[in-house]
Amino acid sequence: MKSLLFWPEQPLLSLLVLLAIAVPFLYAARAPMQDFIARLTRALSNPMRLGSHWLARTATRLQVRNREVLFAHGGRELKLSIEREFERVTTLVERDLQGYPAVQRKLMDEITHIEEDYKRSSEVPPPPPEWVKAIEELAKIKPNGDGVVERILADIRDSLDKIYQKVVAQYRRAYEERHNILKRCLPFWRSASQTLTQVERNITGLQDSAAKIDSNVSRLEGIFATRSDVAHALTSSASTQLFISGLVMLIAFGGAYVNFKLISLPMSAMVGGGDYVTESLRASEVAALVIILFETLMGLFLMETLRFTNLFPLGSVTEKMRRRLMWVSLTILLVLAGVEVALAVMRDLIISADVALKQTLGGGGEVAAVEAGWVTKIPTVGQMILGFTLPFALAFVAIPLEYFINSGRIVLGATLVLFLRGLAFALRFSGQIVKEAGKLAGVFYDVIIFAPLAIERWVAAARENAAKDSPARPRPALGKFATADNEEAL
Amino acid sequence: MSARQLMVAGIGLLLLAGCGKEINRRQAVYVLVDTSGTYAKEVNKAQNVVNYLLGSLQPGDSLAVGRVKSRSFSEKDIVAKVTLNMDPIQANGQKRKFGEEMSAFTKSAKGSSGSRYTDITGGMMQAAEFLTETGAHTKTIIVFSDMQEELDYKTVRDFPIKLDGIRIIALNVTKLDTDNVDPRRYVSRLEWWEERARAAGATEWRVVNDLEHLERVFSGRG
Repeated sequence: MKSLLFWPEQPLLSLLVLLAIAVPFLYAARAPMQDFIARLTRALSNPMRLGSHWLARTATRLQVRNREVLFAHGGRELKLSIEREFERVTTLVERDLQGYPAVQRKLMDEITHIEEDYKRSSEVPPPPPEWVKAIEELAKIKPNGDGVVERILADIRDSLDKIYQKVVAQYRRAYEERHNILKRCLPFWRSASQTLTQVERNITGLQDSAAKIDSNVSRLEGIFATRSDVAHALTSSASTQLFISGLVMLIAFGGAYVNFKLISLPMSAMVGGGDYVTESLRASEVAALVIILFETLMGLFLMETLRFTNLFPLGSVTEKMRRRLMWVSLTILLVLAGVEVALAVMRDLIISADVALKQTLGGGGEVAAVEAGWVTKIPTVGQMILGFTLPFALAFVAIPLEYFINSGRIVLGATLVLFLRGLAFALRFSGQIVKEAGKLAGVFYDVIIFAPLAIERWVAAARENAAKDSPARPRPALGKFATADNEEAL
Repeated sequence: MSARQLMVAGIGLLLLAGCGKEINRRQAVYVLVDTSGTYAKEVNKAQNVVNYLLGSLQPGDSLAVGRVKSRSFSEKDIVAKVTLNMDPIQANGQKRKFGEEMSAFTKSAKGSSGSRYTDITGGMMQAAEFLTETGAHTKTIIVFSDMQEELDYKTVRDFPIKLDGIRIIALNVTKLDTDNVDPRRYVSRLEWWEERARAAGATEWRVVNDLEHLERVFSGRG
């Protein structure tokens, strides 16, 4: 750079002199340079604009596709939910309404019993006997001191007292009987009340299921109508599902890691402890990993055949074959769990032998056998229990895995759309910046050669003024000025 | 390809990865114990080193202990040798037996007066032969000696030896009385051995006198 300077110790002056020399050349090259700058900016900004358009169109197409997937997934989920509700309703109806005639019969019997008993209990006491009137007539007889009459009256009174007592006793007995009848009615009332409560409960269950079905059907209608609010709801639901299933899978991975640690050491007794598959991965570790993956696979099949998940296309498999597959998966899972129990015991053996050897080598001599109480067996038993339960726990990972895959597709699609739109915006923005920068460069170029441009303008203005002074003679353009003058001179 | 198919393919690939070619990561260690002259009393330390090795070696690894005496290039000078079984429980039993053999050797070496001469080169050649036969990936000779070679006039060892692919670790290289008088003798002795080992094709030469941190010497597998 310094070689370009005329006076390296005075760079500013050198640059100014260089500029002064360059300006005439820059002025002469103005038109092609401006053209070059314009073309260059177009060459840069146009592909960016096109790329932006393409990305925006792709994002739109992807969004449409995502929407289709979203609605299809949501629709399937809702249909399954409706099916489940219908199954529940069917079960309720089959269980309760199938026995409805019996319930009705029972209710009718009870009501009949209650009616009969009520009628019996409402029986009025017998009307006063006819002789009461005769007694009333006799009562009108006044005592006149006649001994016979008095004796007759006394006899009648005695008889009446006896009859009265008899009637009262009879009346009381009748009431007691009615009370007893009503008491016998109580269980029937209670039974009828319970039956009616049960019926009411069932009807309420049916109403709840019907409400759920209604809600799901209206959501399904929304899906079929491809409404935006439903799309938003489904997307946010997918995000939640992705987060929850991811969390559950993370926990499952923790379990798988514990399982791996539990069986990798004893696996060395089966596949060899010193064999390596890669630089740092032992064959025993790979074998342990394969067992864990196999358990997970069996869990996937089990969940699939139990219809908890829908990861594999088993639609063409018959129900009988599906049941067989289920039993096979469960049996293999049980066998693998049993193998893990054995490996847990072996792990304990290996560790104990290793500890004993190290103690011997450390100078402790033959270590006396420790009193093997039940407390010392707790870790072994714990390992055995873990070894047996972890494969089954891993089997359930199929459920969150399915949700993770399905919701992951939706969330990934939505994220990709956002990314594409962001990229389209960035490209468009950059294209615009390049375009404006080109314009700015053209202006800057003119700023550098401002002096010749000013002279050009001044000359043009002078010519214009001269032309105004002699309008009869048209003036040629600036480039042909000298030639015109020559012609005029000739 | 759908996500489900991808998942199934991934699991399949992972399963297939387990069926690939095995990589040899086995170690073979030959401990050369100097039983000549005054160094014989250091044999206890050698036993500690062997015990450490027994604790750290894995199934499939090999270990041998040979003694350095007046002439050491002989199978008879191998005190004990073992290639550990792949089954960790059986390997444990082998280690126990090896420890007992080493213990017996220590007792006998301490009881003896020690050989008159020191044939380290012969011991190294014997060690190299054993290590090459094991076919291990990492081969190590641990020389437990003061590295002062002394040969009788009949023994010939002044020719190039072959230690290709073997690392040499000189452990517990004690200073002789003459080294104390002129330390340059000690330094030049070690330099001579290093030069000889490197010329013989040894991959590494190390001198370790701190036996408290053996894990630094044997960290990693090759």
